[in-house]
Amino acid sequence: MTTQIFHDTEADRSFKAKRISGRILIYGILIVWAFISIFPIYWTITTSFKMAPDVMKGNMVPWWDYIPKWLGWRSLGLSPDTIANESTVREEFLKRFWNSTVVAVSASMLAVMLGSMTAYGLSRFNYRFGFMRNPDISFFFLSQLILPPVVLALPFLVLYKSLAMLDTRIGLILLYTLTVLPIVIWIMRDQFGSIPTELEEAALVDGLSIWGAFLTIILPIAAPGMVASFILSLVLTWNEYFFAALLTSSHATTLPVMVASQTGSQGISWWSMAALSFAAILPLIIIGIALERFIIKGMAAGAVK
Amino acid sequence: MSSEGDRLHVVTADDISEQRKRFGKLLVWGSAGLLALIAVLQAADQNGWLELGFTSWRPTLYAYIFWGICLCASQVITRGEHGKRTLFVLPATLFVVSMVVFPLLFGLVIAFSDWNLASPDGRKFNGIDNLRQMWNDPFYWNALRNMVWYTLAIIVEYAIAFGLALLLNAEIRARKFFRVAFLLPLMLSPVAVSWMIGKSMLENRFGPVARLLRELGVDNPSFFSSPEIAQLMIMLMDAWTYIPFMMIMILAGLQAIPRELNEAARVDGAGPWTQFWEVTFPLMLPVSITAILIRIIFKLKLADIIINVTSGGPGGATDSVTSFIFREYRDRSNVGYGTLLAIVYLVIIVIAMTLLIKAADRWMRPRY
Repeated sequence: MTTQIFHDTEADRSFKAKRISGRILIYGILIVWAFISIFPIYWTITTSFKMAPDVMKGNMVPWWDYIPKWLGWRSLGLSPDTIANESTVREEFLKRFWNSTVVAVSASMLAVMLGSMTAYGLSRFNYRFGFMRNPDISFFFLSQLILPPVVLALPFLVLYKSLAMLDTRIGLILLYTLTVLPIVIWIMRDQFGSIPTELEEAALVDGLSIWGAFLTIILPIAAPGMVASFILSLVLTWNEYFFAALLTSSHATTLPVMVASQTGSQGISWWSMAALSFAAILPLIIIGIALERFIIKGMAAGAVK
Repeated sequence: MSSEGDRLHVVTADDISEQRKRFGKLLVWGSAGLLALIAVLQAADQNGWLELGFTSWRPTLYAYIFWGICLCASQVITRGEHGKRTLFVLPATLFVVSMVVFPLLFGLVIAFSDWNLASPDGRKFNGIDNLRQMWNDPFYWNALRNMVWYTLAIIVEYAIAFGLALLLNAEIRARKFFRVAFLLPLMLSPVAVSWMIGKSMLENRFGPVARLLRELGVDNPSFFSSPEIAQLMIMLMDAWTYIPFMMIMILAGLQAIPRELNEAARVDGAGPWTQFWEVTFPLMLPVSITAILIRIIFKLKLADIIINVTSGGPGGATDSVTSFIFREYRDRSNVGYGTLLAIVYLVIIVIAMTLLIKAADRWMRPRY
């Protein structure tokens, strides 16, 4: 039998206890906040499988205190037994879903294209438009971020009305591009600033034009920044409600407007509202989980210079 | 345009013939003339001087787009290599100018007129009547006051976000899980949030929060009937979605601080508390100020949750300026008055943000 020769001193042991209690505190707070962040999503998913008595009794855990039913999804026409049937609600939902996808994706793509070009130009060349030099031009673009949507909303309402662009997707796409463009320029300026100019110089010496160098050499290197700004734009435009509510009425309505129009007439049919809300947020939850590092990269771009 | 000071030097040997220059100029002025012609024809049609049968202003729009394309093309034609550089910035500039500056100018015209979209009379210039009406509109001032409260709530959000970022930056396991979990609220649309939390979880009878409060001994919990609590609930919901945003920015800042600084402070005998206040917090000031400024900008646009949960009630206690103008338009379709309110709001925001940025700048770079 061996006896332990080296012992922790009394001071070391008290330190250890303190460390353990510190750990417990840290993990405790982390778990509480994770619960706060996730519970509403969990609540929405489970509610979409509940029936009226379950809602009223406040049952929370499926298979434990209630049996999941497809009620909410049936009202959307998306449950297994109704998926093959005709369903007007599902048609409506898919139409809105498609509108949202088209609008969000095209606006984000347009913004990333315009924004990358602008950010590249501003990070490489000196411009002078009248009295405006590079810092002024940058400020001009970034200052659009301050503009509250409500200032543009009513003039655009009148303008689009006279251009016959009310309730069209293209009208929404243009406005959404405008709202996310400053964010894209911000992220991309940071990204291009970190790419050394020697790369283009080498390409130019080899006979590429400046646009050729930009398209074939620089853009592939800046791809992570482009993905980050694309995803941030996608999140913002997919969730946009204010412009969509004002400028669309029946044809180009997006998903948030559909969700909002259903909340008024809810009564106690929580299960269908829950199913609808969950279907509306699901794409972004998937994007958030799968592409989390790009989102974080995009948001961190402005923070650390 | 001068090229001195460019980060990327390009040696250009363009010789552009006079003819080519003339062609480029012709392209711009020709298309501008076409645009002017179509615009005048349409205006004449609109006012009934001519009968051309236009149904919308689309032709003018197409002419404008054509002019924009010609302007971009002529840059390359007349100025060669320099024109190609301008082409990087010109499209976005044209886009933003036509999407912001024109509507804003147009908005100024609307703001000083009495224009009800529902009535057939059309626009009537009414001078400063709208301003006078605004001055006597207690609900607008109330909404502005609410915005101050909503903005002040950012201080609390910032403290929470900072705390969470510090925890995420500590040595913990499952960091990725926590990061993703904390990030999720930011991905959700405010409209969905206003149903998920505002309308179901905070429901008085069956919502889980109400049930929990009843368990804890609060009888008849109600969240949106008294002004103070309703306002607090809106703040909480908005904070819930946007705390991750500030947290991520602060976390990025924390990760950029070299470890040696904290180690040196520890060697010098600083406890965790002193380390935070003397090392981490001062180093984080620039990041914090950026995060708070961006957060204020987003907060000033707050509307979706309010429109969908309380629609401003009870008695305008939760109204933000945006939601107030939204209802002003929805209920009375009065474009003129709504636009004036929005423009006044914009002026207030621009002044306040300029002062704030100036103050932050001076505070971050004190002169000794």
